[in-house]
Amino acid sequence: MPKSRILLIAAAACIAGAAGARYFPSRTVAPVAYAQSIPAHTLPSPTSGGVVIELCDGVTHTEVKGLKPGEPMSREEALAVTGRLMAEWRRKHPGVPWQMAENDQPSAMAAASGAAKSAASPASPPKLQQGDTYASFHERDYKIWKAQTDAFVAYGDQVFHSAKLLGSTIGVSCDMCHPNAANTHPETYPKYQEQLQRVALLRDMIDWCIENPVRGATLQPNDPRMRALEAYILAQRRGVPLDYGKH
Amino acid sequence: MAARHKSVETKYYEGRDRVLRALRNCDRRTFLKLSAAALGAVMAKGLTPPHTFQLVDVANAGVDKEWSGTGAAGAAPFRFAYISDAHLYERTLNQRFVRAIVKAVDDVNALDPQPDFVLYGGDLAQLGSPQQLEMGKQILSNLKAPVKMMVGEHDWFLDLGEKWQELFGAPTYSFDWKGVHVVVLQSVYEKDFWTARRLTPQERMQTVAGLDNPIQSRFEVGEKQRGWLKNDLAKVPHATPLLIFSHSPLYKYYRPWNFWTEDADEVQAILRPFHKVTVIHGHTHQMLFNQIGNISFYGMLSTAWPWPYAPEGLPPLTVQMNRADPFDQFDGCGDGQFSARADGLIDTIYNLWDRNPVNVRADYLVSRGRVDRPPAPQFASY
Repeated sequence: MPKSRILLIAAAACIAGAAGARYFPSRTVAPVAYAQSIPAHTLPSPTSGGVVIELCDGVTHTEVKGLKPGEPMSREEALAVTGRLMAEWRRKHPGVPWQMAENDQPSAMAAASGAAKSAASPASPPKLQQGDTYASFHERDYKIWKAQTDAFVAYGDQVFHSAKLLGSTIGVSCDMCHPNAANTHPETYPKYQEQLQRVALLRDMIDWCIENPVRGATLQPNDPRMRALEAYILAQRRGVPLDYGKH
Repeated sequence: MAARHKSVETKYYEGRDRVLRALRNCDRRTFLKLSAAALGAVMAKGLTPPHTFQLVDVANAGVDKEWSGTGAAGAAPFRFAYISDAHLYERTLNQRFVRAIVKAVDDVNALDPQPDFVLYGGDLAQLGSPQQLEMGKQILSNLKAPVKMMVGEHDWFLDLGEKWQELFGAPTYSFDWKGVHVVVLQSVYEKDFWTARRLTPQERMQTVAGLDNPIQSRFEVGEKQRGWLKNDLAKVPHATPLLIFSHSPLYKYYRPWNFWTEDADEVQAILRPFHKVTVIHGHTHQMLFNQIGNISFYGMLSTAWPWPYAPEGLPPLTVQMNRADPFDQFDGCGDGQFSARADGLIDTIYNLWDRNPVNVRADYLVSRGRVDRPPAPQFASY
């Protein structure tokens, strides 16, 4: 088991938790039907005036006494905290290995939990289990994810084809030059855009097009319309190999 | 970043706004200074239209000598120009497309000698409104040469052709010109997709205006008009060169974008007995040519914007035009000329604005690409 990697990931989660009490710093997103909010774990309030830090299972937590919110910990202190959290998690899950998604031995958990209950039959195929943090997924989950993703792309489709949603002052929308997002070649970014005299991302070009040919106002980077436009454009190029820098 | 790297058009608007602001409050001397500055700015940005055709005049001079050599008996050589796919919005909403068609009118008026006539290739309006069509008619009335009108789907689907026909007459007609029989078709009829969906005329128009909108039907000439065509051609000898104008390509290129005519095979069958047939179409906004049997096809450029080449179905004889520069409104757009030769074949010049014109000779098409291949693009489609 790659122990050092796990500790680092746990530590990263803890530091993020200390800064904003959630996984990611809060962002200001305009409320739109399709805005994708990031789920956050709710942490219990500190009882001794310190900072509560949570393991990324969303359950196990500990309080660091004497630490003020926003105050950094030294590496030694952080390692001590993550060590405590992992020890607590192991105490609650005896005999279960903490296993990450990229681990190439997915049967370990199943084997271990099987051993705890009864003598595992070596003939039965091992279940693909990844521990209780990364729950096992069912067909229904994939359907929900697909529906969510498709709805996001569909919103991008709508923006792409709407002069109004794009804020065009002259009735021009993306599809007028790019039917089905043709000739947007998202797979070629980042690349040196010679007209801009710098390296550009796809979203730089989207913004440029909105400002110039579409004659609208540029979008904030996290504007749901920008995110949805990127989603729609990328979705039209499924199967095209990534080839950044291509001209 | 975007603030430092603007499109040609954005720079033009900003310069114009500066001048207009200053003009509101100035004396005579300042006014003269300002107008000189404005003129200088416009010249420096290359926005004066007529000079674009100087190159073409030179190109023509060379071609003319070749044409005089093909003096086979039959049709008398003549030349006509085209302007196509202007997609006009009301002037108050969008001046870009107005500027572009005016630039094309200036181009054609600068031709010396003047062409016999000017073909307007359809999609004069963007959403078929009376204001858009009337403004388009008014702009085209500035052409010195007579205009032959063709209808496009953007002109048609708001009121199913009512206003367009009031302004320009029947969308289907034919005439003889210096030994060539010319037919103009309405090739953008669609089967009714709107009644069952209870679409308003505006919604119907907006649907057809979306090239990649899959709800609409495919273009067709239709059985009635095919009957008319058969009848019209019945009295024409098979040796007479035919020139057919249709808004959509009369072959099957790419169905999802209606780069397509559903009954193209039936129409081609009607044209097959004739020895020399040329079909000239709009709609595709790109350099596009094809040869099917005895029929040569040329697509016209748009003044408004270029379309990308479709992901499949591109005729193998087509040599792509260079990818358009989004930073230049006029790049990939333009107008052009066709020359009917004494042998009944048609050559064309794609007058791509801000680029060298591209000359495509009929010999390239009828030889199936063996001779006169146009220059390859430096940057083809992705």
